[in-house]
Amino acid sequence: MSADPIHAGEAITFEAMRLEELIQALISRGYEPIGPTVRDGAIVYDRLSSMQDLPAGWTDEQSAGRYQLKRRRDDALFGYAAGPHTWKSFLFPPHQHLWRAERNGSALHILNNDRRPEPRYAFLGVRACDLSAIALHDKIFLEGQHVDPGYKSRRENLFILAVNCSQAAGNCFCVSTNTGPKAISGFDIAVTEIAQEGKRRLFAEAGTRLGAEMLLQVPHMPAGEADRQQAERVVVHTARHMGRKLDTRALRELLYRNYEHPQWDSVADRCLSCGNCTLVCPTCFCSTVEDTTDLSGNQAERMRRWDSCFTVDFSYIHGGSVRPTTRSRYRQWMVHKLATWIDQFGVLGCVGCGRCITWCPVGIDITAEAAAIRESDSVKAPAEQGRESE
Amino acid sequence: MASVIEHPEVAAAAVAGDPMLPEPYIIQRMRQETDDTFTLEIIPEHAAREFHFRPGQFNMVYVFGVGEVPISISSDPGHLPLLKHTTREVGTVTRAMRQLKRGDAVGIRGPFGSWWPVENAVGKDVVIVAGGIGLAPLRPALYRMMAEREKFRKIVLLNGTRTPEDMLYRQELEHWRGKFDLEIQVTVDRAATNWRGNVGVVTALIPRAPFDPSNTLAMVCGPEIMMRFTVMELEKRGVAAERIFLSIERNMKCGIGFCGHCQFGPSFVCKDGPVFPLGRVAAILGKSEI
Amino acid sequence: MIDTLEPIVVQQGFFQGMEEKHIHLITGCARNVRFEPGSVIFREGDAANQFYLIRKGLVALQCAIPHRGLTTIQTLGPDEMLGWSWLLAPHRWNFDARAQQFTLALEFDGACLRAKCDEDHDLGYELYKRFTRVVTGHLAATRLQLLDMYGQRD
Repeated sequence: MSADPIHAGEAITFEAMRLEELIQALISRGYEPIGPTVRDGAIVYDRLSSMQDLPAGWTDEQSAGRYQLKRRRDDALFGYAAGPHTWKSFLFPPHQHLWRAERNGSALHILNNDRRPEPRYAFLGVRACDLSAIALHDKIFLEGQHVDPGYKSRRENLFILAVNCSQAAGNCFCVSTNTGPKAISGFDIAVTEIAQEGKRRLFAEAGTRLGAEMLLQVPHMPAGEADRQQAERVVVHTARHMGRKLDTRALRELLYRNYEHPQWDSVADRCLSCGNCTLVCPTCFCSTVEDTTDLSGNQAERMRRWDSCFTVDFSYIHGGSVRPTTRSRYRQWMVHKLATWIDQFGVLGCVGCGRCITWCPVGIDITAEAAAIRESDSVKAPAEQGRESE
Repeated sequence: MASVIEHPEVAAAAVAGDPMLPEPYIIQRMRQETDDTFTLEIIPEHAAREFHFRPGQFNMVYVFGVGEVPISISSDPGHLPLLKHTTREVGTVTRAMRQLKRGDAVGIRGPFGSWWPVENAVGKDVVIVAGGIGLAPLRPALYRMMAEREKFRKIVLLNGTRTPEDMLYRQELEHWRGKFDLEIQVTVDRAATNWRGNVGVVTALIPRAPFDPSNTLAMVCGPEIMMRFTVMELEKRGVAAERIFLSIERNMKCGIGFCGHCQFGPSFVCKDGPVFPLGRVAAILGKSEI
Repeated sequence: MIDTLEPIVVQQGFFQGMEEKHIHLITGCARNVRFEPGSVIFREGDAANQFYLIRKGLVALQCAIPHRGLTTIQTLGPDEMLGWSWLLAPHRWNFDARAQQFTLALEFDGACLRAKCDEDHDLGYELYKRFTRVVTGHLAATRLQLLDMYGQRD
């Protein structure tokens, strides 16, 4: 056991069971641990009180429109991929109280004094794809002309323990989007689950000084070359077994050229415009506001809540929606994710987690839609081509 | 590496405080302009509140307990702290707003968005094409130019409305026409018997409007279809695309680039717009349901 | 009269690009006219044997609608061409045209030009090309008017 300080970049290993000590150390420092746990037939993200809440020995089988929990033959702590939850539920909550206002005769007072202190979360088990998604939300809510003060506060107090995936699910394609499976940055600690002599160990690296400090709380050993290589092999193995592929070559230009591609009609035939994809997507950030009053009419409140570009009134302006058809709304979502996002934020909006494919009730696959467009690039819909009459 | 949008007219100024908190403003006057359009004239409740805006920018205007809507500022940027917002009564919030009276308060967040490039028009002819309520976000630009009239060459305002009764700011425009060297041509889509002026779409005025296309900056605001055809006519006359500016409108819930509602292709109308150089939007302007 | 009018005809944007011999033919059918404000230039249903190139002023195309009165559909100003019903049978005006302001125009003898076009197809082609542009321009403008774009829906 080493009590020497751990520097960023240095690696250690510790018994998987010792994770409990890390969790307790985080709790004692005022963090609320959030991590994967089994609930309602899925692995979701929720408050953890101890390591026992982790889905040890569970895995998931995912395909288009399908998610199934299965028992593993071993008791791996992180032997599954992404579930229906994303970390945005905590950093960018589905419902947020913004402010209250009071009316006194004709006067209006905005009250901003019930700001409760934001929780200090410790996210345990963040995958590389989700790390990239968090970085994308940072760009939107912290690095633009305006800063979201609630997001800023939650983000600044956040502790992240990332996990390098030991297996990809059937819908994963983070290799295509260059957002995994290895966590490169944006974490306090990154761990890879390895086995040594039948025992579960975690190969861990500190990404920040805070991460290094927390690792010191756990009895550990410096990582040797063999450990490092084993950890590396885990990631390489995962990268080689991606469920899907997205061809990102000049994807932005491809979509900009194909606003009228017949594939949009094809997907519109299948899409229910239910918005599930936007709910489970870790990068989707659209919201709306709700203004309400109490019965007296003298107290008003503004709430912010998640919204989806799949709703008909999302694009409503005096008299009608700019996007009244499912076709245009699906196109808006996909072109935003894979093309206009790049113009807006400099990077792709998709992190290859595959959740939209898993949780789409009709199994629409964004990688397949993109491939279909690429295959018949710039082709006009049959209705637009005159057909020679007999 | 892909290019990130940079609008040269958008300031990178830091906005102090919480951009989601409105400030109370008191209504000084509620003026009915036409039968479905009214103007709100307001001043900040807290006199110390500094507010500067540029022509073309908008505020998010909050009506207590009802909601918030984006409305262009249509007052003189040189006559602060009074702000004016001209809007049509088109939905729940604007209908509730119409019922407010002098002394009532509204919440204001702003100013947001990009602005008309009045500075870039110095030394040039300026043609302003306004359709319907599109004149409202253009009026501050006119104020700015009237304040320094000598810096601009010919200024031509082409104003189209549905009927003569729908024209905005008639007295003011007449006053300007008389006092400054401002060419104003108005036209209506349909007219009653006693109208002796132009009848026809505003785009029909462009081919013969007195400006030099080789040295003109154009500012256009109105229904999107009117703007599309206006752009066509301006380009036919030889006005350079980089000198044509439009004001686009989309659904907005936050005004600060967070809610995602106002996206128009890659642009956020609230922060990359509402004023756009033609080049930024030309590719998608005519496309359906974008 | 022909000598004084030819330079004016040549100046008009409408005839730009036409050959000298055609300009000559056209000028032969042209004369200067003026209309006081409120005067009728032509009436719906009358024989359409002229057309007018407005040089100055404002002309309203109008329709008399029983319960709505005289309604202006469109106005035309300087450099705009008034009247194309002279081109095609039955050569009858579809609307009234009334000068809203003091108006100066070049009036062209449509019957005379029709005959000349029958003889000289090149002249016909050149005139038809130009009138087609006028008509399609009016059609596009009319369609926009129809869309009632300032109404409830953007």
